Amino acid sequence: MEPLIESFNYILQNIINALQRGSFYAVISIGYSMVYGVLMLFNFAHGDIFMVGTYIGFGIATVLLATFGGLVPPPVIFLATVVITMFLASWIGVFVEVAGYRPLRQAPRASAAITGLMIGIIFETTILIMLGAKRLSFPPLMETVNYHIGGIYITNVKAMIIIISLLLMLALHAFIQKTKWGMAMRAMSYDFLAVPLMGVSINIIAPLTFAVGAGLAAVAGILYGQAYPILDPYMGVLLGWKAFVAAILGGRGSIKGAALAGYLLGFIEIFVATVFPSTLRDFIAYSIILVILTFRPRGFFGMEHSTKLRL
Amino acid sequence: MRKIAVLTVVAFCAAMMFSSLAFSARKTIIKIGINAPLTGDIPKVGEGSKYAAQMWLEDIENAGGLEVGGKKYEVELVIEDNESKAESAVKANTKMITQDDVLAIVGPQSSKQAVPAGEVANKYKTVMISPWSTNPSTTLDRPYVFRGCFLDPFQGPVVANFITEEFGFTKAAVLYDVASDYPKGLAEVFKQAWEDKHGAGSVVAYESFTTKDTDFSSQLTKIVKSGAEVLFTPQYYNEVPLIVSQAKNLGWTGPIVGSDSWGSAETIELCGEDCYGLFFSSHYAAAGAKGATKAFIDRYEKTYGYIPDDVAALTWDALRLAQQAIQDAGKLTGKIEKDREAVRDALAQIKDFDGITGKMTFTEEGDPIKCAVIVRINHQGEYEFYGSSCP
Repeated sequence: MEPLIESFNYILQNIINALQRGSFYAVISIGYSMVYGVLMLFNFAHGDIFMVGTYIGFGIATVLLATFGGLVPPPVIFLATVVITMFLASWIGVFVEVAGYRPLRQAPRASAAITGLMIGIIFETTILIMLGAKRLSFPPLMETVNYHIGGIYITNVKAMIIIISLLLMLALHAFIQKTKWGMAMRAMSYDFLAVPLMGVSINIIAPLTFAVGAGLAAVAGILYGQAYPILDPYMGVLLGWKAFVAAILGGRGSIKGAALAGYLLGFIEIFVATVFPSTLRDFIAYSIILVILTFRPRGFFGMEHSTKLRL
Repeated sequence: MRKIAVLTVVAFCAAMMFSSLAFSARKTIIKIGINAPLTGDIPKVGEGSKYAAQMWLEDIENAGGLEVGGKKYEVELVIEDNESKAESAVKANTKMITQDDVLAIVGPQSSKQAVPAGEVANKYKTVMISPWSTNPSTTLDRPYVFRGCFLDPFQGPVVANFITEEFGFTKAAVLYDVASDYPKGLAEVFKQAWEDKHGAGSVVAYESFTTKDTDFSSQLTKIVKSGAEVLFTPQYYNEVPLIVSQAKNLGWTGPIVGSDSWGSAETIELCGEDCYGLFFSSHYAAAGAKGATKAFIDRYEKTYGYIPDDVAALTWDALRLAQQAIQDAGKLTGKIEKDREAVRDALAQIKDFDGITGKMTFTEEGDPIKCAVIVRINHQGEYEFYGSSCP
């Protein structure tokens, strides 16, 4: 019996690991998908928006901890950090749309994609110039408690990451399905040309979409800072690529698909490493995804281009 | 408007080129190249190299220049950033050798850059001393490439011996970055040494990841399950805190042992109390240093505000080695190719050089024979001398 329980625990432990990893992919890939749904372009600066969001979160957390640390309970500081960072980071999203993509709205899509890459490089180097190449350590916003439940280790940070990510996605779902803004976004993704004729301004909806995506990425950044507390100006690049893969896998423009594919990616990466030598992890993980895409080139929830895209 | 802007830029570039040409053409200045990772993954390493080089230059300037064959020469440092990338290190070496006419190069620090950059230096017949690269390929079959530290084939067994003697363990786990020369090489050497000691299969988990990964949970879960008693992870200071804290969060309770790449001043700053009580092998330990080593540490700390790490100490030694080689060369002809060759020959001849990281004599391959130090991170977060091991 003993080995059976042990391997069961082993699998359960890896499921928790995968949920944490997948949460980041899911939340970030939603940002890709939303922008694609509304504007039919992939915002390749999104990984770097995540990075900037993490740095903003770092700044806010440091200031709040220095001023109020010990005076107010940690959850309050955490919540305040999340709210302020979300607000500030969403302006970064707006800035990217207005300065980077709006002038190119009529230009070929390739120009817009390249612009995204350039904006990403500008963000990376801006952070590098402003803060130097020195690594920063994200301050812990709460005491890490490690729970040992029947052979499984889970920290409060891990649990929080998984729960908050799920809550964020539910909130986003409600926003898109229940509010007027959300309706406008859905309409925009349904017909890019007709919606402006109905009196919905694309110049409001597009930046709003970017703002929401950037806000989500920034929260992901704060959570990331709690799980992996070393900040690096290039931290958004690899994560951005992988989240982009998740967005494609989920079906371009589908938020549901992006979230699902994000978690799937987390599970594939973790479980490939548990079965195969870890050296082959990314090779095998991404080969699997390649195979999935061969059979479902539009991803899980992707639509034919001619039948319009849906959020 | 646009034309004017373009013209201005062109004119500016041209002016820059001419000014540097004008400089290099006139009187003989001894130029020493520094190829360091000022940005990128390990900027603290670059900072330490730069500071040590500046201190060295200060000494030369205070002495009114470097005396070679009874004549004093002005010394200039050419500091290039290799962004901790292999291709940038190659570019930096090529530029310093072909455009700046450096007499010798100190750096790059880590093997990932030093191995490919050494190829360039050797091709152009310019002395390169890597202070910190412990991978054998750096100097192998390259008469112009030297180093200031011991080698991984030496360091791996030292760590394996230390763990065996100190704790009496027989099962070890290894976690390393497969995409970087240094951790990969050292992990292999350690595995070999450990299995020679405790039999095949005694490395019960041999897990890897790739550069930029921050999540090691699946590998560490495997390692915890494997029943290993000790975890060896030869990683750099930006990864050590993540590995240590994630291991603890996944239920790892045994010791974690590292290598000389842990020795950066920033490891403790980033890792905090998680790293207290851990061990690593290194080139020198700041706490408890004596003599010239202490003088160097005190001066560095006074100038730059923190205790120098091993990279700074080794860079200092490498520069002093270069200095001695240049002086031993006898005279400078002003013909750069000839001078470079003379410096190389002089450097290869150096015996019992008294560096602050130990006495050095070069082998045929340009590798010094010197001792390793086992450092313990004490509960004040200082690097404490714990023991030493000589070849």
